[in-house]
Amino acid sequence: MSRIVVDPVTRIEGHLRIEAVVEEGVVKDAWSSSTMFRGIEIILKGRDPRDAWAFAQRICGVCTTVHAITSIRAVENAIGSTPPPNAELVRKLVMSAQLVQDHVIHFYHLHALDWVDIVSALSADPAKTSALAEGISSWPKTSPRYFAGVKQRLETLAASGRLGPFANAYWGHPAYRLPPEANLMAVAHYLEALDWQREFIKIHAILGGKNPHPQSFLVGGMAVPIDPNEQSSLNVASMEQVRQLIQGARALVSQVYIPDVLAVAPSYLEWASLGATAGHYMAYGEYHETADPTSPRIMPRGVIRNGDLSKVEDLDFSLINEFVTHSWYDYEGGDAQGLHPSQGETTPNYTGPQPPYELLNVEGKYSWLKAPRYDGLPMEVGPLARTLVAYASGRPGQKQLVDHVLGALGAGPAALHSTLGRIAARAIETQIMVDEMEGWVDELLANMGAGDLRICDNDKWDPSTWPEDCTGAGFHEAPRGALGHWVHIRKGEIANYQCVVPSTWNAGPRDSGQERGPYEQAIIGTPIADPEQPLEILRTVHSFDPCMACGVHVVDGRGRSIAEVKVQ
Amino acid sequence: MIMDRKSAERNWLSGELERRGVSRREFLGFCGTMAVTLALPPIFGSRIARAVETAPKPTLVWLEFQDCAGNTESFLRSAHPTVAEIILDTLSLDYHETIMAAAGHQAEKSLAEAIERDHGKYIVVIEGSIPTGAGGAYCTIGGRSALDIAQEVCAGAAATVAIGTCAAFGGLPAAAPNPTGALSVSDAVPGLQNLINVPACPANGDNLAALIVYYVTFGRLPELDELRRPLFAYGKLIHDACEKRAHYDAGQYAEEWGDEGHRKGYCLYKMGCKGPVTHQNCPNVGWNENTNWPVGCGHPCIGCAEPSFWDRMTPFYRHLPEIPGLGPHASLDKLGLGLTVGVGAAFATHTALHVIQDRRGRRDESGPASEGSSHEKTDEGDEK
Repeated sequence: MSRIVVDPVTRIEGHLRIEAVVEEGVVKDAWSSSTMFRGIEIILKGRDPRDAWAFAQRICGVCTTVHAITSIRAVENAIGSTPPPNAELVRKLVMSAQLVQDHVIHFYHLHALDWVDIVSALSADPAKTSALAEGISSWPKTSPRYFAGVKQRLETLAASGRLGPFANAYWGHPAYRLPPEANLMAVAHYLEALDWQREFIKIHAILGGKNPHPQSFLVGGMAVPIDPNEQSSLNVASMEQVRQLIQGARALVSQVYIPDVLAVAPSYLEWASLGATAGHYMAYGEYHETADPTSPRIMPRGVIRNGDLSKVEDLDFSLINEFVTHSWYDYEGGDAQGLHPSQGETTPNYTGPQPPYELLNVEGKYSWLKAPRYDGLPMEVGPLARTLVAYASGRPGQKQLVDHVLGALGAGPAALHSTLGRIAARAIETQIMVDEMEGWVDELLANMGAGDLRICDNDKWDPSTWPEDCTGAGFHEAPRGALGHWVHIRKGEIANYQCVVPSTWNAGPRDSGQERGPYEQAIIGTPIADPEQPLEILRTVHSFDPCMACGVHVVDGRGRSIAEVKVQ
Repeated sequence: MIMDRKSAERNWLSGELERRGVSRREFLGFCGTMAVTLALPPIFGSRIARAVETAPKPTLVWLEFQDCAGNTESFLRSAHPTVAEIILDTLSLDYHETIMAAAGHQAEKSLAEAIERDHGKYIVVIEGSIPTGAGGAYCTIGGRSALDIAQEVCAGAAATVAIGTCAAFGGLPAAAPNPTGALSVSDAVPGLQNLINVPACPANGDNLAALIVYYVTFGRLPELDELRRPLFAYGKLIHDACEKRAHYDAGQYAEEWGDEGHRKGYCLYKMGCKGPVTHQNCPNVGWNENTNWPVGCGHPCIGCAEPSFWDRMTPFYRHLPEIPGLGPHASLDKLGLGLTVGVGAAFATHTALHVIQDRRGRRDESGPASEGSSHEKTDEGDEK
């Protein structure tokens, strides 16, 4: 038996540590720990609720729109503000651009190197690589000369003896299975995606001034004026620029990202039966089909238990509780109870080893993440949860794409509950969202043309129009999953603020019943060829796309309760 | 600290340019753009090109502490991708957790190797604040505290770059009540030589690229202000280069979100803009390859490049104090802020002082008695 420690887990956002017990080449037990804490919710107390989005946005600079969106929704819900349709359309474009960009970056820049051996690419034949690439896609950059150029770049790097960010990795590990030509093609696409992400995210600059941390969010709307006859407003020209960027993304997703997933997966089919959680999935839902807030969502809301795709339960927000039994916080009434976020009560209390340390005391508290549970169950959130909820709900878009992917890989729906399933689901929803985006450009142009230039609910801007004491909640499907903010406003100031975040759901520790969190469940059973090089653990952890700065939070240290939570 | 140029005989860049199909012309264009970002006369473009071509490949290690990775993302969005990529990936980026392939012990090994091999020569970039509470347990990597790592890595660095407002000034984690005892790099590791602060939330990737180019070109750090910010990026107030400045001078303001003034691009002063008290080159270089910038899109500046902006610039939508008598020619240039002075007080005082300077300046030029006397009244009023 040996205890493996992976810290830092790299190619993620934030600070994550995994400890795992390996026996006879298989992971027998695992602990997921977040090792960084800032206390943003404490900092938010006493602030102007209209400022909260900017504070919350800084929870994460990778998924740089999601906390801002969720924050303004929570405050709007509390004060009764209604953003006009144009603001909702701009938000849809901002959110979906975030999702598409995030997923592509995750696949190529954060996850690919778990599957792609850069050193192996050095022995690829550019002509054969070209043939491979032409066989799977109509993407234009496939000539032998192009791939020879990419190979030469790699050779230069290798010859320099300084591999930079690629140094000391697990190259040559027996778990790498791709032929050299597939590795070379993937390296080329790694570089292309690096250029593309810079270009595509200009959508956020057009609609939000800049990225990272776009700055046009407002409680009640968006701060980007709309006027077809003004050069200082969103107008026809700027919306056409957005359209062009979307079209570029559609080409990349359908001609590069999706074909690459389908090309790489057959070499790693055993990962369709590894990396499963307990099979409890939850999605808050996002993107109403029309401006009508009661219209169906493109990403439906719902809960799946025990991997049973035959039924989707309605979501009941009152069943969410957070546990701190194994988290570095204390509850006033003892750590055995879970608390609803609206009644959150937490005092940070570090009881771990003093740094520098070798191992955490996993019998006690061992993470800055809390352990959220739905009806007592750990829930997996994110692309796989959303895709399964949509698939099981019979949404035609997801149903068709999931069946297409399963057919291409010769697998049944059971294969979705896996590391590979997470990768496939992320690609599928990227395609679905990038295909939706142009429609919102058209809608915004139609509103503009019809003379509707409203961008904010100005009637509720002044705090004197708000109830003296009010509470609200905002929900969002962030790229990494279900995100919720809860706010309590008293006399125009934030009395309490709390976030329950996707990576808290997925990466959280054990609860009071010693039930493991989803990462911990998913790693168990993973084969480890070499405990000194635990590449296989990275594969499953990365398949969740960890975002640790998001996951760590703390709520009101004084345990104020919120009487009612209004749910959208 | 100055790079050993003798070890830089090989002309790595020209080779790289050729291999990557970047023409000489494109490269010189990039160097010219860098000269503009660096606030140098364009003629410096050729000098930058010469220096970048012959400089050795510097080692860069990038540490992330109490951060959100926003500066990392910004770095990945640096403008002029093709050439910037050459500059950036021909840096030897030996440690950067968000990007690097290795993890765990192998990642720690990469850091240890880099700081030993290039002791005294590498550049360290630090993103995020450094917590001092709970014995360092609010941020650990590989079981070590952020402070421990920062002290070791900074000690052997040729230069330390504190990227983003959290590393430069403490930023969000240090906002009241600073639950984790978060400090800036300069406070956590006092006495550092060659520390450069590149604040903003996040810092503009173009300014970091420009800083590195400056360092490679001249072999020394750029000129810094009293807060150790490079003058080329932080030497002027946003207000002074703002595209909406003419509207401010004409008294044309947006009064409500989406109103006619907002749509026409009028000044956002009344909506809470902190541009008059914020030093940054956003209006000059823009964001995302100069696609736009926050004020350009219609939202007020929140002052994100200034120390303690989360406490001193909030509430964000409350406008700065009215300055009675600000005439159309009143310049708010050099409107510095004391660290402990409230924004409003500083704004009023410095503006008043500057109105005096402005008046004197114009008196020297033409000395219109009537204008001078109207300003005189204003000054007296403000100074009381």
